[in-house]
Amino acid sequence: MEFGRFPVLLRRELAKGVIELWITCPNAVNAAPGQFVGILCEGMPLRRPLSICRTDERNHAFCVVFEVRGAGTQWLAARGKGELLDVLGPLGSGFDLSGCESKSAVFVGGGIGAPPLLAAAQRFGSRADVLLGFRTAASVILLRDFAGTGAHVFIATDDGSAGHRGLVTELLGARLDRAPCDIVYACGPKPMLSAAAEIAAAHGVRCQVSLEERMACGVGACLCCASKIRDASGGEHYRHVCKDGPVFEADQVVF
Amino acid sequence: MPDLSVTIAGVPFKNPVIAASGTFGFGREYAQLFPLSTLGGIALKGLTLEPREGNPPPRCIETPQGMLNCVGLQNPGVTAFLRDDLPWLRTQGTVLICNIAGSTREDYCRMAELLSEAPVDMLELNISCPNVREGGMAFGTSCESVGAVTRAVRRRCKKPLIVKLSPNVGDIASIAEAAESAGADALSLINTLTGMRIDLRTRRPMLSNNTGGLSGPAVLPVAIRMVWQAAARVKIPVIGIGGISRWQDAVEMLLAGASAVQVGTATFSDPFAMQKIIAGIESYMSENNIQNIFEITGSVKPYESI
Repeated sequence: MEFGRFPVLLRRELAKGVIELWITCPNAVNAAPGQFVGILCEGMPLRRPLSICRTDERNHAFCVVFEVRGAGTQWLAARGKGELLDVLGPLGSGFDLSGCESKSAVFVGGGIGAPPLLAAAQRFGSRADVLLGFRTAASVILLRDFAGTGAHVFIATDDGSAGHRGLVTELLGARLDRAPCDIVYACGPKPMLSAAAEIAAAHGVRCQVSLEERMACGVGACLCCASKIRDASGGEHYRHVCKDGPVFEADQVVF
Repeated sequence: MPDLSVTIAGVPFKNPVIAASGTFGFGREYAQLFPLSTLGGIALKGLTLEPREGNPPPRCIETPQGMLNCVGLQNPGVTAFLRDDLPWLRTQGTVLICNIAGSTREDYCRMAELLSEAPVDMLELNISCPNVREGGMAFGTSCESVGAVTRAVRRRCKKPLIVKLSPNVGDIASIAEAAESAGADALSLINTLTGMRIDLRTRRPMLSNNTGGLSGPAVLPVAIRMVWQAAARVKIPVIGIGGISRWQDAVEMLLAGASAVQVGTATFSDPFAMQKIIAGIESYMSENNIQNIFEITGSVKPYESI
């Protein structure tokens, strides 16, 4: 965990209201796929928790991709090259990528849940299938980036304007019906995660999900970002997305 | 060299900046960023006899210059704390204040008894949590109930006892006085102010418990006022809490009558907020030729009321 002010290296708008921000940060290359950072937005008391999308060892930088939702993200979206951002991270624990050099994986991302999967997908190369769901063709992001990892990428949109018309989890069902895989990784809205977990379980495939909850401290001190998690003996307890997650085993999450 | 040390109820603090309960866990998280020995003390996460799960999410929401929370006293229970956290905490070189809560008066007394035998420095009686159905704030909003629970705990508590007061009352000075006469060794205030936000689209409250406790810079003026009123009424030391995020806020709180301060929500914005506040107080003292920080406690010069 590092804390400090680090400069913006690059800012791009990937789709309307979806911003990619590269930040130079010496410790960034150590971030595990699935970890996040807390970024302070001017005038806002609470840091915005943003998943790390990927890192760039050569430039000592990491990037976050976020949607402009309120005053905080609006401020963040207006930052340009060279401006300093107050960053705390990397935080939380990422995806379990053990065996990624030989195992096959399916990634399921919904909307702004797609970016946190990119760094993990990179590790699997062509042994990964990446299924991404968006509202419409204009909101599709990171398509080329996922394809660049060597993965086979499939798109679903609500209105059918790109790829499969319907839910991304329908693509997951079809994919697992067709052939097995070793693990499923999912990030996106709760209903999507819940469906992905169910489909993976029905096919006997391990699944990890990256959860989101409203957060305050980001480090596990305030206990705000609670999520109900099942332990080995079946007991259900509130664990915390910032410290115990954001990645959890899907079959342990009480959706 | 300015002397930042203060003594509260016989307990020496190296400086007057204490981490506020519920914002600092049991210290392990922030110990990764700085040595806990730099802090005056830590008011540890509120403990109960049995483990508590707390409220469902969402448990927090940002508000203008503040936040609401309804964590609901999630904690592993006093037994697990004594076994898993206290031995490590004891080695960290800072004053340890155990914040204790309960559903019944007897719960508070049992907690006080158990912790009286443990190597903690002080107890902070949490009769001001707004986010639990039983106990919590219910004990803290009338002079009678504050007096009764303080008196009962005092009888069975061998440690210096701080009573943490709720701001959700009409007359804070009388509440403070009730705690003092019942045997409190010190007071800490304010806990959070109850508040509520509603989502326009879903028409749902933004917190699972509908209401929550407001903290952060937004509450500072309320806290200053209440500390001023309480400190004027009692002789025991007062620890000022509420919205302190800069050294200036801390000094203001001391001027109002506090002997020390607790810092909470500011740590979420800046994990080093307390370090900066300590350094800021120190340079303020040097610049103003103040030798001992306790000199300024209560030195506000109020206007004569008309």
